[in-house]
Amino acid sequence: MERILFGDNQFFAVNHISDEKSRAQSIKFKEDKTILDTIDIARDLGTETFMCTTHDRIINICEMVRQNPEKYKNFSILPCMPYAHKYANAVTELGIVGTIQQYVPGNFLGTMFKGGLAVMSKDYLSIMELMVDAEMKMFKKINTPVIFLQNVVTDLLLGLGMKDILKAYHDYVIKKYNVEPGFITMNMPKLLAVLESVGIQNPIICSSINKAGFRMSGGMEIYEKTLREKQVRAIAMQVLGGGAIPAKEALEYVCNLPNVSSILFGASSKQNIAQTISLIHEFDEKKK
Amino acid sequence: MIKVALIGAGKMGISHLSILGAHPDVEIVGVADTSKMVNDVLEKYSGFKTFTDYKKMLDAVKPDAVFVAIPTKFHADFVAELLNRNIHLFVEKPFCLKVEQSEKLSAIAKEKKLINQVGYHNKFISTFEEVKRLVSGGHIGNIQHFLGEAYGPVVLKKKQDTWRSDPEEGGGCLMDYASHVIDLLNHIVAPINTVHGSLLKPIYSNKVEDAVYALLETENKISGVLSVNWSEETYRKMSTSITVIGSEGKIISDASELRVYFKSANCPTGYSKGWNVKYVTDLTEQVDFYLRGEEYSAQIDYFIKAIKGEVPNNKNTFESAAKTDKVISLIKNNKNNA
Ligand SMILES: NC(=O)c1ccc[n+]([C@@H]2O[C@H](COP(=O)([O-])OP(=O)(O)OC[C@H]3O[C@@H](n4cnc5c(N)ncnc54)[C@H](O)[C@@H]3O)[C@@H](O)[C@H]2O)c1
Repeated sequence: MERILFGDNQFFAVNHISDEKSRAQSIKFKEDKTILDTIDIARDLGTETFMCTTHDRIINICEMVRQNPEKYKNFSILPCMPYAHKYANAVTELGIVGTIQQYVPGNFLGTMFKGGLAVMSKDYLSIMELMVDAEMKMFKKINTPVIFLQNVVTDLLLGLGMKDILKAYHDYVIKKYNVEPGFITMNMPKLLAVLESVGIQNPIICSSINKAGFRMSGGMEIYEKTLREKQVRAIAMQVLGGGAIPAKEALEYVCNLPNVSSILFGASSKQNIAQTISLIHEFDEKKK
Repeated sequence: MIKVALIGAGKMGISHLSILGAHPDVEIVGVADTSKMVNDVLEKYSGFKTFTDYKKMLDAVKPDAVFVAIPTKFHADFVAELLNRNIHLFVEKPFCLKVEQSEKLSAIAKEKKLINQVGYHNKFISTFEEVKRLVSGGHIGNIQHFLGEAYGPVVLKKKQDTWRSDPEEGGGCLMDYASHVIDLLNHIVAPINTVHGSLLKPIYSNKVEDAVYALLETENKISGVLSVNWSEETYRKMSTSITVIGSEGKIISDASELRVYFKSANCPTGYSKGWNVKYVTDLTEQVDFYLRGEEYSAQIDYFIKAIKGEVPNNKNTFESAAKTDKVISLIKNNKNNA
């Protein structure tokens, strides 16, 4: 995994602290080309990994990448699935069964639900597998070294105690795609303990890690302790604490934490992208 | 440990269940849902005891508290039965379809001293809480006027009917969406008791309104406007905002950003004359388990603490939710169908 990962929130009007900024972003990134141009800026500065939600607009980005194999030969994408809004809206509209029917390919379910409820445990897991496949379609021929489960789903399963499903996801990504599974969460220490309990060692976990303690559920002490004492490949996101901490101070903090393998950041201007990347390099150098 | 059961493991119920599952003081003793598939999955992967008949569940597992997250039309009957069995209750919003039911159930809960809370989670959002503090403390002077808004992309085309598209079952933008804003206005400004006129407009739906516009007045004679539209695709998700205009200043707040203008230097600590901006990130307390917004975890934690006697049962009570149901019915009765 690369040390620095470029994220996608800024492209899809996800700003955690201001609706107005979100609106400005969605105007700026109206064209898919503008998104790719910004990714190119990060690439030119040495950040060749783009971590993104399986948003519909990524389909186009992937297409443009495929059309330029030479230009993007070192480029990789880390998909984060599912794009939850899509499913949440579908559940409101179609119900759970309707949603599965709409998004799970094939007529697999048509027959399954007709037969009343002879559904076996294995079949629920095959629904999960088919949904992963459906989301992965857009990344055909693109290098995807880690496939992440989004935090809404990870944390929902975590709270419900459904560790077998987390484990099944983990195993399926390895078996089918031969890449690393990753988990996004807002509850890193709890998740790590549960993953370990089902035999997953040294997992890749992406979570909020920042000097303000923002979205570090249970408090930053337990996060720091987990990073110090446990085996985990942590990815720090929301390092600016939702805007609460100045960039320099924010990056110095995460760069100096043990077990943080990568830092995920998003920015839309060339200046901010360049500043973030050079600050991370600077603090990493100092640590050596 | 508080023994908690859930009735209705749909979209909202599953979210509550996950947060409850991670709560250190809660033991989930049962889940009741009429869907066999939902029960099957919860038994198999979470190991919860599930039931299709909620009364059988109550007999079998004897919960201290129950979360009710079934479609709104069932709330009144279920809550009546649960109160009868002396169970503490967290009920999803809106509380009941009829005000009379809401008021009656509220009185029973109070008389029996059972902890009662309704899922109006906006009251647990720190920016809105700060608006409440500024308004109640008189910091922006006498309130002259308010505006309550919510927009979001729920119904963006003509679609298949569900319980949400049936007015008899609690569907429609007024019940589902506007209720949140009304409840917040009641809380922040003062209870609304007069509706001077309202428009309930369908945009894509056949049987229900997709937008609600109304002219309101509170019991202390403050005027306001309600503007809510759930067929608004320029929003990524539901966005609720409140504007309050006072003699000494003005507040504009949504769930993430609070902007306050003070006319003079006579303002509370942390603020100064002119515009002030605060972000939810500066104001929010950490939760122990995060699923989809601090407020969803915080409201559940508050309810559990109230049962344990650690906090007063004074947030989102049945009584306050009944006042919201009252305004909903006033708006309905005043409508000029567009
Ligand atoms: N706070 C919020 O922002 C918010 C958001 C969504 C929904 N809600 C409220 O939550 C409630 C449920 O809404 P939802 O979106 O979860 O609906 P839903 O349709 O997704 O879920 C309802 C669940 O109740 C089950 N059910 C129906 N009748 C039942 C019965 N008699 N016994 C047991 N289970 C039964 C259904 O099988 C389903 O699983 C409503 O009152 C709604 O207004 C609140």
